[in-house]
Amino acid sequence: MVDVAMTGPRGPKPKKAFSSRNIMLYGILILISVYYLLPLYVMIVTSLKGMPEIRLGNVFSPPLEITTAAWTKAWSQACTGINCDGLSRGFWNSVQILVPSLILSISVASVNGYALSHWKFKGSETFFTILIIGAFIPYQTMLYPIVILLREIGLMGDLGGLVLVHTVFGMPILTLLFRNYFTSIPEELFKAARVDGAGFWGIYFRIMLPMALPIFVVAMILQVTGIWNDFLFGVIYTKPDTYPMTVQLNNIVNSVQGVKEYNVNMAATLLTGLVPLVIYFASGKLFVRGIAAGAVKG
Amino acid sequence: MKLTTKLMAATALVAAPAVQAAELEVTHWWTSGGEAAAVAELAEAWEAAGNTWIDGAIAGSGGTARPIIISRIIGGDPMAATQLNHGRQAEELIEAGLLTDLTEVAEANNWAEIINPPSLLEACTFEGRVYCAPLNIHSAQWLWLSRDAYETAGVDVPNDWNEFVAAAPALEEAGIVPLAMGQQGWQQNIAFGDITVAIAGVDNMLAVLRDKDADVAAGPEYTAVFEAVATARELARDSNVQDWNLATNMVITGQAGGQLMGDWAQGEFQVAGQVAGEDYECLPGLGLNQVLDTGGDAFYFPVIDDEETRAAQLEMAEMLVSPEVQVAFNLAKGSLPVRGDVDLSAANDCMQKGLAILASGDGILPSGDMALSQDSTIQVEDLMAEFWSSDMSAADAQERYVDIISSAD
Amino acid sequence: MSDHVSDPSAPAKRPVQLFRNLSAKIASIPMILTALVVFVGGTAWTVVHSFTSSRMLPKLEFVGFDQYERLWSTRRWMISIENLAIYGVCSLILTLLIGFTLAALLDRKIRFENTFRTIFLYPFALSFVVTGLAWQWILNPDFGLQSVVRDWGWESFAFDPLNNSEIVIFGILIAGIWQGSGLIMCIMLAGLRGIDEDIWKAARVDGIGTVKTYVRVIIPMMRPVFITALVLIASGIIKLYDLVVAQTNGGPGISSEVPAKYVIEYMFRAQNLGQGFAASTMMLVSVIVILIPWAYLEFGGRKRG
Repeated sequence: MVDVAMTGPRGPKPKKAFSSRNIMLYGILILISVYYLLPLYVMIVTSLKGMPEIRLGNVFSPPLEITTAAWTKAWSQACTGINCDGLSRGFWNSVQILVPSLILSISVASVNGYALSHWKFKGSETFFTILIIGAFIPYQTMLYPIVILLREIGLMGDLGGLVLVHTVFGMPILTLLFRNYFTSIPEELFKAARVDGAGFWGIYFRIMLPMALPIFVVAMILQVTGIWNDFLFGVIYTKPDTYPMTVQLNNIVNSVQGVKEYNVNMAATLLTGLVPLVIYFASGKLFVRGIAAGAVKG
Repeated sequence: MKLTTKLMAATALVAAPAVQAAELEVTHWWTSGGEAAAVAELAEAWEAAGNTWIDGAIAGSGGTARPIIISRIIGGDPMAATQLNHGRQAEELIEAGLLTDLTEVAEANNWAEIINPPSLLEACTFEGRVYCAPLNIHSAQWLWLSRDAYETAGVDVPNDWNEFVAAAPALEEAGIVPLAMGQQGWQQNIAFGDITVAIAGVDNMLAVLRDKDADVAAGPEYTAVFEAVATARELARDSNVQDWNLATNMVITGQAGGQLMGDWAQGEFQVAGQVAGEDYECLPGLGLNQVLDTGGDAFYFPVIDDEETRAAQLEMAEMLVSPEVQVAFNLAKGSLPVRGDVDLSAANDCMQKGLAILASGDGILPSGDMALSQDSTIQVEDLMAEFWSSDMSAADAQERYVDIISSAD
Repeated sequence: MSDHVSDPSAPAKRPVQLFRNLSAKIASIPMILTALVVFVGGTAWTVVHSFTSSRMLPKLEFVGFDQYERLWSTRRWMISIENLAIYGVCSLILTLLIGFTLAALLDRKIRFENTFRTIFLYPFALSFVVTGLAWQWILNPDFGLQSVVRDWGWESFAFDPLNNSEIVIFGILIAGIWQGSGLIMCIMLAGLRGIDEDIWKAARVDGIGTVKTYVRVIIPMMRPVFITALVLIASGIIKLYDLVVAQTNGGPGISSEVPAKYVIEYMFRAQNLGQGFAASTMMLVSVIVILIPWAYLEFGGRKRG
């Protein structure tokens, strides 16, 4: 049951290759694709233009003169305060924030989901319900309580604090996904392992983990997006030397004073979005597979 | 560093070699070209004394930078120095004992005498102690005019707000938007404040902003203000930009006759290579009332439990107000210095006008920041945002304004 | 699995009860702490402070319901709620509709399925700030969509949602759906793949049309999928903030304000924490009112096999 997604499409079979129905189908799909691709196209085209051309032309026209100056500037010259070395400064910082946050949040959520699916205990569903409600709370309103909490446990201003925050806010949705996924693993497997004398951790590591690759991929993709795009927590729990990439992006895009360099903004935006974008483009198929396994079994 | 050493070195502080090199993290939201150049002046002066400046720039004032700054302060892991607009913003942090007392520096350097206008130091003072170092003065009461636009329309460049309104039809005939206005509450609120100063006068404005006198706000002078704002709204009908600098750009390119905006708009004219008095004109107090407010930026120093850091913080506070830094910083930023005893002959026409008003001593207003709480300011901004983007009548707007003032604290 | 699930309704008879599933309980400590300390604790903290006059810093000076009275008499809050309602209903319906339709189209054994799917999904990788900026550009009347259509010769074409306070929320909706519908499409597609092929065969034998099969048979079978999709969409709607800030910043005027923005602006820009907390408490209350009965039915009330 786990690998439902690996089988092919289940919809009704189209009749002929070039039936009028097929032409309509592809026509609609292509039209919708235009809507989805338009912003990306605009961003790329704008980032390749020079400022004079941007002021004159419309946003859709292809660049008359292709220049990568905006990209160079965004990557290595744009200023953050008095440091003019662009986004490059933040890239490795972001990676250093991403990796531990990713590992901890996914480990915790997968164990949660596992406990909630096969090892329910009194109150476990209540805690889960609270988590789900937590998914609806805007992060910003939790800012001060969290700051106070971290101050009390001595993790304020520490990378550990940031990792903890990402773990906490990633927990609701990830736990939901893992729980749904592990629930769909056949009961017989679990029982057989119990008979063999395997305990909580034994079953988790020997049976569940190896089967859970697709859902780990989904969790990873969701978390990479969330953590990489995070600005608020990243800036509060780090020091200027370790600001994530989004801080530089914010500074480039939100500098309200002075002339807005749209091409640099767009290039910076694309550069910052590159990591999640690449992951999406590279793992599209795995993502659907994992989603199929994690989301479908409600 | 001993206090006595400080006294001796007061005039040439940046050269004081006795201090141990310190590393201070400084948070601010100066990220545009001109602003960053100004910060670079500060960093340079600081590092010239053998210290290290760790720059923590975060773009986007208020909404973006403030939660970050305050979170870190109340989280017990603060930066060593931070920009905040002076005024009432920091009161609670002071009450909670989270900001360093700078009184000894202020006394040693005689800030009480040299800082002009004195309201700047007052804004830094809480229960007799000084908690911030004022850095510059920004004023909002300026009408910026495009010579080009008026030449195209064939009318004289106005000398005050009334002439500006009278000349509007000619501009409109020539296809020029009389008044450029970015459609954001804070900009519309600046326009409202400017018109208030010009039409209701300083005394009435102070009665409302400082004394929260709702009767004055409901009175005939303010009725005239709201009617004038309604007129301004009509003049700005065809201006559909959002950002203030795009509105300034309409004036620069002659698409619009004028803009009501603070003196930071000058940076835009400078970047565009325009010359004050030749390409553009400026009317402080809208040409009707020669007054300017004295908002601006100040640096606060969160308490850090480390004697060396504290000494370095005091040293930085002292440096920020020193004459050399004041000149270098303010010329780069286009703002006015906080002390009258420095030479700013390099400043342009419009800055000179501002300096003259400051030097005269009259016509200095407390900035809205210092008088109304941030909470009330936002409410007025919301009202203005709604007023400018709808057909709300002047009388309705005044009524709601009176409500806000009567519940303000 | 009921044999190893302690029945929630059974009273703890033996002290051993506490130690049953001990490793599971220990392993759940992070979750329990998060739920109790962060979500319940943080929320309680917020609710308590919503009854205070906290300004810049949280303080316990109680003022009763003052903050709530002010909240409900503020025009901006009312506009925010109205906008969220319009956005919420439209976004919910359209995202589900578009997500399902796209999934159904992709499920028809088409070529280039991977390409199409990636195209529909990639916006989800981009932050709301990026989404808002990109769409602000496309909807810009002077050099975006409107001017292009006019250049094609349709001079009177007018499409300027971001500068029209009547329809600005729909301008935001266009961007919101663009960003979020791909993920829903993926979930729906996954759901469709889980439907047994025999059902399609049976439908064909019975002569039921394609659309009818979807509506009558397939959709009811996909209830869990729709529920997951609903949670994802709804939690996104309530949190709507960054997109508005990037695209319109609440303008023109205050016509595109939303509740989360009200909360954040009052907390950090107006420095009136009490007011911000009151607003966020109201948001939370409405979420709980909607969610608790559903969550109870879905997760708590019945056991699954």
